[in-house]
Amino acid sequence: MRRVAIVGAGITKFYRNVQETPKELAFEATKMALESCEMKLSDIECVVHGTAPDAFDGIHMKGEYLSDGSGAFRKPYMRHYVGGGTGVLSPIHGWFHVASGMFDTCLVVAEEKMSSAYPHPAGAFLTIFDHTTEQPLYPTLIWIFAIEMNRFMTTYGYRKEDIALVAVKNKKNAMDHPSAQLPAEITVQDVLNSEIMAWPVNRLDISPTSDGAACIVLAAEHVARRVTEKPIWIDGVGWALDTAYWTTRDLYYPDYVEVAARQAYKMAGIKEPSKEIHIAEPYDPFTYKELHHIEGLGLCKRGESVQMLLDGVTQRTGNLPCCPSGGALGVGNPIAATGVMKIIEIFLQLRGEAGKRQVPGKPTCGLAQAWGDLMQVGTVVVMRS
Amino acid sequence: MALIERFQKTTDIGFWEGQIPMSYIYTVGRAGEKFFRELMNGKIIGAKCDVCNIIYVPAKIFCERCFARLEDKYLEVGTTGTVHTFTQCYETYDGMRKETPSIVAVIHIDGTQGFLVHWLGEVEFEKVYIGMPVEAVFKPKKDREGSILDIKYFKPVK
Amino acid sequence: MEITEKMVLKTATKLSAEEIQKGKVLSVQWTPNLKYAWDNGPAIGRYLAELKNGKIIAKKCDKCHRIMIPPRMFCELCWVPTSEWVYVQDTGIVNTWVVSYVDWKAGRLDIAGGVRPFTPAVIEIDGASKGMGILHHLNEVDPWKIYRGMKVKAVWKPPEERIGAITDIKYFKPIE
Repeated sequence: MRRVAIVGAGITKFYRNVQETPKELAFEATKMALESCEMKLSDIECVVHGTAPDAFDGIHMKGEYLSDGSGAFRKPYMRHYVGGGTGVLSPIHGWFHVASGMFDTCLVVAEEKMSSAYPHPAGAFLTIFDHTTEQPLYPTLIWIFAIEMNRFMTTYGYRKEDIALVAVKNKKNAMDHPSAQLPAEITVQDVLNSEIMAWPVNRLDISPTSDGAACIVLAAEHVARRVTEKPIWIDGVGWALDTAYWTTRDLYYPDYVEVAARQAYKMAGIKEPSKEIHIAEPYDPFTYKELHHIEGLGLCKRGESVQMLLDGVTQRTGNLPCCPSGGALGVGNPIAATGVMKIIEIFLQLRGEAGKRQVPGKPTCGLAQAWGDLMQVGTVVVMRS
Repeated sequence: MALIERFQKTTDIGFWEGQIPMSYIYTVGRAGEKFFRELMNGKIIGAKCDVCNIIYVPAKIFCERCFARLEDKYLEVGTTGTVHTFTQCYETYDGMRKETPSIVAVIHIDGTQGFLVHWLGEVEFEKVYIGMPVEAVFKPKKDREGSILDIKYFKPVK
Repeated sequence: MEITEKMVLKTATKLSAEEIQKGKVLSVQWTPNLKYAWDNGPAIGRYLAELKNGKIIAKKCDKCHRIMIPPRMFCELCWVPTSEWVYVQDTGIVNTWVVSYVDWKAGRLDIAGGVRPFTPAVIEIDGASKGMGILHHLNEVDPWKIYRGMKVKAVWKPPEERIGAITDIKYFKPIE
C-alpha cells in the first residue's frame, strides 16, 4: 500500500438555515480545498463524498445530487454513509483509492444541510429505529443519547457538573474558529441551568442543527511532496460496527470505537496511544460523548476521562488537547462535514498552522474520530506530520 | 419440513405499517434565487463559463467542469428551444393512472448547452417530433411565484 | 505563506427559519407522501403474535445458548440460525433510563402545565440472557425516583385492545 497525504483543505461557515443549496455548499468547500493547495479540478482523479441521512437534506440519493458540487463531473465517484460516523469514514474511503495505487489524487467532500428538515431534523431519526419493536414507542435520538449518558454516568459515578465542562471547554475553543456556529464563553452553571431536553442531557450538552460542508485533498506520496512542503500523512485507519440490537449492548463503553482504534493504532505502529497521540478530535455531538470516546480510544483508562478533564489534560494547553477546534459543540455539527472539520483541524495543527487555536509543543501525531449509525459505529484516523 | 417452510410456518404472515413523517423547505440557493426571480419577469437565466465555453441553464454559481465561479456570468438566454426528447405519460409521480396523459419533454434552450424538463402544451402528441422548435408559455404575471411552474408549458413555435 | 491564508471563507449566507418561511429568499416546500408496509418476518411476527396473547417470547441460540429478545432468526454473534423459542417473563430491571422533556421531533412537552415527562428505559427482561434489554416506557413512578436496577413489570392493555404490537404493553411499572 502506498502512503497517502492530506495536502489541502476547505470548509464553509457552519450555520443553521443557510441560503445555499447543498451542492452550492459542497462547491464552496471543495473550491477552497483546491485553492488551498493550488490544484485544479483537472488535477483530481477521483472523488468520494460523505453525507449522512438523505432525510436531512430531503434529497433522495443525495450523493448523486451532490456530485457536481463536489467536483465529480465525469470522474469516478462514490458516496458512503455511516450516520454520524460518516465524516471520519470519508478520509478512510479516499485513503483506499489512493493507497491502492488506483488513483494519485482524491477529493474527499462532506456535506450536510439539516435545516431543510421539518418539523425538526431530529424527527428524521425516528425511522432509524426498528420499525416494529421500537418506532411505535416514538423514540427520539436525544433519548438514546441520554440513555447512554445515564448508563455511562452511573457506571462510574460521574457527575453532570463535571461532564458539563466539556461544553465549556469546546465552546470556548470555538471562539477562535472562523467557521464556528456556537462559540461562547459559558460556565458549568450555564450548562446545568439550560433547558432540560432529556435528563441527564440539557440543551447546552447538545451540538446544534447545522448546515455546512468541508473538503480535503488527498495525494499519493510522489504527488504530495510536489504539492506541499508539509504533507500530513494518514498513517492509520480503522472502523467497526457493533450489533444493531442497541438495547442488548452495555452502553457504558463504546467497544466499536475500541475495535476501530486498535485497527488504526496497529496500522500506525502505535503501542501506547495515551503517550504517542499528541492531540485528538474525538466526536462530541454531546458533552459526554467526548469522554466516552476518549475512553474507547484508549487515551485514558476506563473511568478516568472525567479526572483527565478536571485536571486540564484535554484543554488546548494540556498534555493531550481534545477538540482544540471547538468540536461539534462549538463549531457546529453538520454531521458528515463535522468529521472532516475534525480531520482538517488535525491537519492544520500538525502543520503548525492552526493560528490562535494552535496547541503548544509542536504535535506530530494526531487523531480524529467519529461515531454514528444506531450508536454502533466507530471511525478513527491517525495522522502524522 | 424444509428449513424455509418451518421458518415460514411459525406464524401468520404479518406486516407493520408506517411512514417517514417529515416535510422539507428547500431554499433555491444563490443561483436559484437569480434564476427563479427572473422567471417571474418572464426571463430564463443561464450562466456562462468562458473557459469551457458552455452556457448552463438553469444558472449555476459554478462550472461543474472546471470549477470556475459563474456568479458574475449570468445572462438572459431567451425562452425558445427545441425538443431534445419527449414522452407521453399516463401515470402520476406516485404511480397512479392519469385521466388525461401529459407530454413531458426535455427542452434544449436555444444558444446554450442547457436543458429544462417541462410539459408541452397546445400540441397533439402525434405531432411532436425531436428537434421541434418550442417556446415557453408563462403564467399571467400576477400568478408567478418564483417557481418552475411560472412556465405553464412549452408550445410549438408557429 | 500558511495554508490558512489561502483558505478564504466565502460562504455561507446566514438566514433564519423565519426569513425563509416568510419569503426573504425563494424556497420550495415538500412533504414526501410515502408510506411503507414492512413485513414482520417470522421472528418478529411471532413476537408480536405472543404480545397479543400477553406473553413475551424470545429465541435461544443453539450455539452460544443466549436467550435473545427481541427474538431473531439468527444469532448475530455466532452467525447461526436459531431454532428454539423460549417464553420469558414480563418483568425485568432498569438498565438505563431518561427523563425526557421532548418528543420524537424535539417538540417540547408542557412540563410546567403538568405533563409528565417521558421516561423511556432499556429494560433487561427476566428470563432472557443477562444484558438483553428492550426499549420501552416507564410509568406509575416518579420520574426522578427511577434508579438503575429497579425491578419493573409490564402493564398490558386489556386483551380486547391488543393488536399484536410492542404497544400492547402500555409501559413498565415498578414492582412494589
